[in-house]
Amino acid sequence: MLRWLRSPATETQVTHGRRLWLYALSAVIMVLLVTPTLIVVPMSFSDSQYLEFPPTVWSTRWYGHYFGSSEWMLATRTSFKVAFLTMLTATPVGVLAAYGLHASGVRFVRLAFVLMLTPMMVPVVLVAIGAFYAYVRLNILYTVTGLVLAHTVLALPLVVIVTGAALKGYDMAQERAARGLGAPRWKAFLTVTLPQIRFAVVTGALLAFLTSFDEVVVAMFVSGGDNPTLTRNMFNALRDQIDPTIASISTIMILVTTLMMVLVQLFGQRRRPSG
Amino acid sequence: MDAAANRAGLRFDDRLERLKLFGLASPAILLILAILVIPVGWLFHVSFIGADGNFSLENYERMLARKSYARIFRTTFEVGFLTTGLCVLIGYPLAYFISGLPGRLANLCLITVLLPFWTSLLVRTYAWLVLLQKRGLVNDWAISLGLWDEPIKIVHNMTGNLIGMVHIMLPFLILPVYGAMRSIDRDYMKAAANLGAGPNRAFWTVFFPLTLPGLFAGSLMVFILCLGFFVTPAVLGGGKVIMVSMKIVSNIELFVNWGAASALGVVLLVLTMLILWIASRFLNLERITAGGGN
Repeated sequence: MLRWLRSPATETQVTHGRRLWLYALSAVIMVLLVTPTLIVVPMSFSDSQYLEFPPTVWSTRWYGHYFGSSEWMLATRTSFKVAFLTMLTATPVGVLAAYGLHASGVRFVRLAFVLMLTPMMVPVVLVAIGAFYAYVRLNILYTVTGLVLAHTVLALPLVVIVTGAALKGYDMAQERAARGLGAPRWKAFLTVTLPQIRFAVVTGALLAFLTSFDEVVVAMFVSGGDNPTLTRNMFNALRDQIDPTIASISTIMILVTTLMMVLVQLFGQRRRPSG
Repeated sequence: MDAAANRAGLRFDDRLERLKLFGLASPAILLILAILVIPVGWLFHVSFIGADGNFSLENYERMLARKSYARIFRTTFEVGFLTTGLCVLIGYPLAYFISGLPGRLANLCLITVLLPFWTSLLVRTYAWLVLLQKRGLVNDWAISLGLWDEPIKIVHNMTGNLIGMVHIMLPFLILPVYGAMRSIDRDYMKAAANLGAGPNRAFWTVFFPLTLPGLFAGSLMVFILCLGFFVTPAVLGGGKVIMVSMKIVSNIELFVNWGAASALGVVLLVLTMLILWIASRFLNLERITAGGGN
């Protein structure tokens, strides 16, 4: 231990001992980053009205409350449906756009690329009230269609960025070779290019799903009626009082997120060996 | 057929092909135009229409005249600067620590940054609400440790809001800074040490300046996100922290005043774009959107 403390830690020969403060500080920050969210999980299994940690009496009371409530179930169904449809819309539209912009190289590509990123740059409140106004005129307020369209717009930049980055590392000469051998462009894309950028496409798709699933502000305005989302109902419940049911829903949302994250990591890991 | 005509024909074909490829982006472009650009453009229009339905600047004049609006803008910038500053102070050391670790360990530590990054913002806000409330864990533990005797108010005010926002924004700062640190050739540090620089001097004169683009990109991202933030201040601020986006929402939900809401929205958008535009003079914006990676 002592020898480790005196051994050099970096290229400038600082010893581990002199850097202990950095290690301690980093450990504290990492704990603070992770635990606040995770602590909700055990708390959701408490029997008490007031969320306790550790729970004195364990129970699944609040899960029962959640699964027994038709309102929460409706919201959960809407959220999953909208997230899934957003993924199915944003992925092809985004991949096509990234590919088109990458391959075409006309003068206004940069401008188009900036336009693709605007949903990330415009404050989301503006997107929300803009969509709200437009949907009232188009008569698609509180519909799944409207929600999916708005969430697709929010998810597009992520799909375009992830796919675009993969295309940058891909050698387009391979596609030209396929076309030289007689494949039409679409076939060359589907059989040569797409399989090689598939991990980026899958990552983009999962990001699109999460973007929609976690989205609050747009959903606050354009979801409701027969199609409220989970986040919308949660947000409204949070503004009133601390309902322990939210802890159980949070736990389920953490589960969904973690699952997505593991999937992305798996795809990311497999990308490396294939170069 | 002569060669010139042939070449012209090929060039025409090439251009047509490029346009067709560009056309593949049209569904995305149309969607963004229809759902985002046109409605926001309409809001812009509405912001210049007064209560009597004619062109007027009254929505903007009101913003200048009323003290409450000045306070909202001040709060928004205050939250933005404080959150960004705290994120730099907390995030930079952690990014530095992780960037010095060997691969596998670094990945493990990075998960602690990515996990909150991926978790729903609403869930994280809720978690802080639970922890910081009067009968919450933080108060319980602090009292049992003797840090203070009575439960104190750490949520539904600026403190709670800042705690939540820093927690939510940290990954946006750490990831680009980490990316910048990873791409630094550590031989520079060896060279600096060889030339006689002590660890501190080598860090501040060689390493730190090389991380500045990442730090700048991350801080900018955090600041801009803070300006438009809504959920966390609405829940953790408890009505005491009123930011621009919250005023926009209440203008519509409570007062159904589209003119006032739109004018505020336009100011928020112009501010955001102005900051991005100024920043783009100094650094490549793709760095920010790509998370500052190499």
